[in-house]
Order: sequence, then C-alpha cells, then structure tokens
Amino acid sequence: MKSLKDLEKMREQAKKKMAMRSDDENQYRVVVGMATCGIAAGARPVLNKLVEEVAQHHLPVTVTQTGCIGMCTLEPIVEVFDKEGNKTTYVLMDAEKAAEVVTRHLIEGQVVTEYTVGKYKQ
Amino acid sequence: MERIQVMVCAGTGCTIGNSGELIELFKEEIRSIGLQNEVSVLKTGCLGLCGFGPNICIYPDNIIYKSVKPEDVKEIVMEHFYKGRPVTRLMLNESDEVSKEILDINHTKFYEKQKRIALHNCGVIDPENIEEYIGKDGYAALGKALTEMSPQEVVDEIKASGLRGRGGGGFPTGVKWQAALNQPGDEKYVICNADEGDPGAFMDRSILEGNPHSILEAMAIAGYAIGAHHGYIYIRAEYPIAVERLETAISQAKELGLLGDNIFGTGFDFDLEIRLGAGAFVCGEETALIQSIQGERGMPIPKPPFPAERGVWGKPTIINNVETYANLTQIILNGADWFKSIGTETSPGTKVFALGGKITNTGLVEVPMGTTLREIIYEIGGGCPNRKEFKAVQTGGPSGGCLTEEQLDTPIGFDELIKLGSMMGSGGMIVLDEDNCMVDVARFYMDFIVDESCGKCTPCRVGTKRLLEILEKICNGEGTLDLLDELETLSHTIKDTALCGLGQSAPNPVLSTLEHFKDEYIAHVVDKKCPAGICKALLEYKVNAEKCRKCGLCARQCPVSAISGAVGKETYHIDMEKCIKCGNCIKACHFEAIERK
Repeated sequence: MKSLKDLEKMREQAKKKMAMRSDDENQYRVVVGMATCGIAAGARPVLNKLVEEVAQHHLPVTVTQTGCIGMCTLEPIVEVFDKEGNKTTYVLMDAEKAAEVVTRHLIEGQVVTEYTVGKYKQ
Repeated sequence: MERIQVMVCAGTGCTIGNSGELIELFKEEIRSIGLQNEVSVLKTGCLGLCGFGPNICIYPDNIIYKSVKPEDVKEIVMEHFYKGRPVTRLMLNESDEVSKEILDINHTKFYEKQKRIALHNCGVIDPENIEEYIGKDGYAALGKALTEMSPQEVVDEIKASGLRGRGGGGFPTGVKWQAALNQPGDEKYVICNADEGDPGAFMDRSILEGNPHSILEAMAIAGYAIGAHHGYIYIRAEYPIAVERLETAISQAKELGLLGDNIFGTGFDFDLEIRLGAGAFVCGEETALIQSIQGERGMPIPKPPFPAERGVWGKPTIINNVETYANLTQIILNGADWFKSIGTETSPGTKVFALGGKITNTGLVEVPMGTTLREIIYEIGGGCPNRKEFKAVQTGGPSGGCLTEEQLDTPIGFDELIKLGSMMGSGGMIVLDEDNCMVDVARFYMDFIVDESCGKCTPCRVGTKRLLEILEKICNGEGTLDLLDELETLSHTIKDTALCGLGQSAPNPVLSTLEHFKDEYIAHVVDKKCPAGICKALLEYKVNAEKCRKCGLCARQCPVSAISGAVGKETYHIDMEKCIKCGNCIKACHFEAIERK
C-alpha cells in the first residue's frame, strides 16, 4: 500500500462485503415469508432477487426472512417496513415483481400499489 | 448472493466452549443444504456475554444465540437460515417471553445501556482479516494523523479529549505524550501494556482478541506523535489467542505497508514487536515492565525519572494500556469534542468492565462514564443469581476496594471511585452476595499480593505477609479486637512506605472491608462466628432434633464417622471434635435437619 488512495480503495471493497453488518440506520427492512408455504410458492428466487438488487444498488436496506405470515394462499409474501414502522405487504410475488418493488419502492419511495394485499382483496 | 453472515465468537471464553467446532459444523450443515453462497460463517471477537458462551451473532437480523451446542447447529441452519424462523429458545431471554422487539440485540437490557468505543469492532469483524478492519475505517486515523496533522496537533487533540489512562491510574494520556514529545533525541519508544493481571479482569485480552489492529494503529499514531519509530507490546504468555492474533495482525499490516518504512509515502517509519511476559502481576507496573522488556528481573524502580524522560533502554518512552489505545483511533477520527460529549466532565468516554462473581450476566460490558454501579449490576448484569442478596462489589482488583449497597448510585468515574476508597483499576468488577465472607475476600486478595510481591521493598515483602497472617488468624477463630487495630495500623504503614503502586495499594482490600464490614470482622473475633458460613474453623454443624427423622443417611455419608445415633430409635448427633466440616451430611439430609452456623 503506497498511499491513502490505496487504503480508500481497499476500504470501499471491504465495505461492500460487510454491508449487512453496518450500524447505519437503514431506511427499510424487507422481510420475506420463508415458511414451507412460502418456499413452495417460490419465495426463494424472490429473496435472492431482493438481496441481489439491494446489494447492486448499495441501498440502505436490510433484507431478512421470517416464518409463515399467515396468508399461505397469497405467498410468496414480502413485507416492507419503513423507519417509522409502517408496513406495506406485497403478495403473490415473483422475482420480476421483486425487482420492480426494489426500483419503485426502495429506491424511488413509491408504494407499488398493484401488488399490495389491499389491491388483491379488492 | 450472500444474505446472512454468521459471526461466531472466537474469544478465549467461547473457544473453551468449543466455538471452533461450531464454525466447522455450521459450514458443513450449510453446505449440505446448498446455502453456501447465501450464508457465510466467520469468526469474531467478544460479544460480551461470556458466561453464556459459545455465542454467535447473526447479521443482518442482529440476533445473538447463546450457549450454542453442536446439536443446535442443524436447527439454526434449517429453521433460521432456510425457513427464516429465529430459534427463540437460544436467544437472550431476559423475561419469560421473547417479544418480537427483543429479536434485535440492541433492544436487550444487556446492550441497551452500553456504548462500545473501545470494543467497537469486537463481535462485528473477523479479527484475523485486515480487510475487515479496513472496511470499518481501519488505518484511516493513522492516515489522517500522518497526512493532515503535525505531531503537536495529535498530542493537542488527545489532550483536548481528556482521555485518561484506562489501566487504572487515570493519568491524562495527552500530558504523558507531551512530556515524551518535549524530550530531545530521535530514539524514543512506545509501549503497550497488555500485562493484564487483576484476578477476574479480561478487558484487554478481549480487545486484543477481537480488534488487534486498532492497537497497532494507535501505537503507530502514538509513535508519530512523540517521534518514536519502534514499539513494544508487552503481553503475558498466558494469553495465547491474543498473542496469535497480534502476530497475525502485525504480519498483515507489514505486508500492506501499514507498519514498516515510509508509511503512506509520508516518510514515517514505525515497527512493532511483541514481548512476552511470564505473568507476574508486578510487571504491569510500568517501571517493572520496562525492566522486564530489557531482560532484567521485573522489579519496579523509583520514579522520577518517569518513563517519558528515561524509559526503556534509558530513552524517552510512553506506556499506555490496551484499552487506552483502543479509544485512540476513534478520537482521531471523530475529534476530541465527540469524545468529550460522552461520559462525565472529569472522566470523558467509556469504560470496559469485566463483570464477574455472583452476577447473572458474567461478561464484558462497556458503558459511558457516569453510569451508576446499580445500572451496571442490576440492569446490564441482571443482578445476583438465585435470588441471593447483594452484599458488595469489588472494583479495581487487588488494588481496589469493596463498595456497598448504599454506594451503588455513585456515577462511575476515576475520581468518584477513589473518593469512596476504591478505584477504577483496570476494570475488574466482582460482585459478592450474602454467601461471601468479607474477611475471606480480604484474605484472598492478600494471599494474591503475597504471592505476587516482587520482594524488593520491605513494606510490601514483609508487611503484606504479616497482614495475611493476621487475616488467617481471624479466619481461624484466633482473632482478637487488638488484631483488628493492628491490621489497620499496618495497612496504613504499608500504604505510606511501599515503593511502587502495587505495594502502596495492596492494603486497600483490607482497609475497605474493615471500613464497610467491621461487623463481620467483629463477629469473627468476638463471637467466633462467620456470618456467611465460609470460614470453616468457625462453623459448627448441629442436628436439629425436631427435624431429624432418625434415618441415618447423614451418618452413612460422613467420611470420618463423626455422626452417631441409631436408625429409627435415636436422634443423630455430630461430634465436633471429629467433624472435618465437609458438608456431606447437609447434602445427604432430605429434611434440612442439619444446621451450619
């Protein structure tokens, strides 16, 4: 290592690998239902897509999983919590829809109403 | 794509609990269900809950699982990593039910009041990987100091921060550095005192095990500040894991050019070496430590001259404790004002304590100065286990003293604790409950001091031995009231006349127990009783005739046939002449008919 620039470069690389251990306040917490019903309905690709997209865009977002959310027929379910604790529930998700939620909700801050549970119930 | 990182504690406590095996098991289990690209397993430093080890922390959920056994691994992997259901039975439960909020460790009582500065990377990074340290702004403070600050500016910043030595004395670090900087000459030395010797203290070990690079970086900054190019880390050989991690860290730092010649191309050279101590308590005293580094017998020499003037090899030297260094990089990065905003006016920052003894959460905690002892013991530590009554807390190790219930609301600080007749010390905090005999506690510490006294000066060599003999007499029931006076007079004489800090503070455990628990001493010498039931010679075993069912179980368990009676016919009786007070009969009796007083 010759200079501070080299150190900075190394730091940026390492930071990416350790992003999920950062103690910065995260904007959103995204939870994927991964019980048997969720996995059977295809929650795994949804989860993987979310993790990938969030990492790619370096978003201040935590992606975790949870057990059965309760509406097994509507799985895969993805819940998005904002800092104030407001929850948006997306149902019948797939990888494509997940990518859309990342772009529109997590980046642009707009709820993707067409996939929400409220929309489905109407 | 990685979505979960499992950090397994690889500190000494958890390693003893076989955390190394857990890492392998996790990797195997994760591979067996094909999650190896999604979940990674790393080792890390101390999470603080040492009494519950081995502990693991799961990110990004921020969940800690405690007391993880090899048979739990499969469940954690299947349930948590695969199906997303945290295994609540392994989580830190402070109440009967684990509520949703408690899933995140930052909401637990144990962590809520803590603030981790010295321990900031412990439990978060892999201590054996320099990249992880750099990813957490590692070596940025060194870069900042070398490129943006003059040596005097670095010293000024440390002075302004009000940082005081965490090894025990609380001497202002910046003042020490200034004295060394003012010395002429270009051969100076920087020493890290990692000879942690207080019984029950393990703060420094945990920092070295969990975040070794922070010490190397801070020492390089210290070197730049005072004009030194060489450093020694003096560490006891009894800390093998810490030594190994330090060696790894030094070689990684050298490889990247963060130690060695021309660091960051600024022309500043700094090199480090490790010196192993054999574990003598007195070698934590700075002048004795210097002697030991020079290959001499570890004995203190009178001060002045202070090490800042004439230290190792007769050259200006600064010696700081591990925890002091651990705060340094943060002060350089965040500024003196940030540091001063934490803690109290006279003691800024935080302090790490090793909580031990009769406490529910045995382990390592770091709190802002000014936190009360009550908060540490009851809220973070969870109080005494088994509903026993709190009696005292011993702070400062063999040089400190005992504090009682009434003093628990004192905010923690260097000066506050000295006012109460104890001291901060390096941060050992041993909680004692109703089952501890205070005379016995004083005897324990004196026994330690007699063992560890280097023998150079008479007050310490002979005086502490006499103190121990008096305490032993009292414990054996041969004490008199006159002996208590003698104990006090002799303690003051040693305090006034011993050569080094070890000897001068050696009588503290005696003086503070005499002050706060005089009644226990009096019970020992006048009534010949030990109220806590510890001092064997003063105990009497007796069968309560009303409760005795004449079953004879006690007599059968007695190894010296001291119990006589007849099954079903005659109440049993203990012959105190023969009794060796082993307590077997108490354990054997189903009816609590045997009393120990």
